[in-house]
Amino acid sequence: MAEKNKLSIICMSGDFDKAIAVFTLASGAAAVNYEVNLFFTFWGLNTIKKKRGRDFIGKGWLARCFNFLLGGRNKLPLSRLNFAGASPVLMTGLMKARNVATLPELFQASIDLGANFYACEMAMVVLGLTQDDLIPEVKKVLGVASFLEMSKGGQTLFI
Amino acid sequence: MTFVKTKLQLSKMAPGDILEILLTAGEPLDNVPRSIVEHGFQVLEVTPVKDNIYKVVVKS
Repeated sequence: MAEKNKLSIICMSGDFDKAIAVFTLASGAAAVNYEVNLFFTFWGLNTIKKKRGRDFIGKGWLARCFNFLLGGRNKLPLSRLNFAGASPVLMTGLMKARNVATLPELFQASIDLGANFYACEMAMVVLGLTQDDLIPEVKKVLGVASFLEMSKGGQTLFI
Repeated sequence: MTFVKTKLQLSKMAPGDILEILLTAGEPLDNVPRSIVEHGFQVLEVTPVKDNIYKVVVKS
């Protein structure tokens, strides 16, 4: 039997527009039967926090303040012209009006089509997060060696 | 994304069920029916509905 095509994405950015790129690629690839592995590290972890807004989560007061300021999936800033969070709201409205899938739709489609979610162990230690702070779809907390092993033989992107 | 939505919908349907999709001409119309066939479903009909919009009937 032929081996399945594979796409692995290192999701480093916590920007709204880059998260759209991640989940557009992930859902598109999963729809055409690729194995999709998403490895969330540093700011990318904001995308997969259980708490979507701003919340004091994590271990230690500094980590808790950091995580409050970073926020979750509903608080991702646009990488340019964010205008204190107004632009992602306007952008989402524009996407709906133009019948383009929004970030929550792309995110859910990636889950429904079986994309694999992984979190970076080192970044979680720095940000004081545990797997319990992340969405239940996160399969495992991994290190670099495990991710490299997993992504071997496929295409890997860094976003 | 059109194919993503189509694939999600087809995965919820029983074999033999019929799905109707509206596609705009261009990229979606070029690619979605082809991907549907590649994934083992049957495209029964592609008909123009109005300017630039086509109806595609698929058997799951």
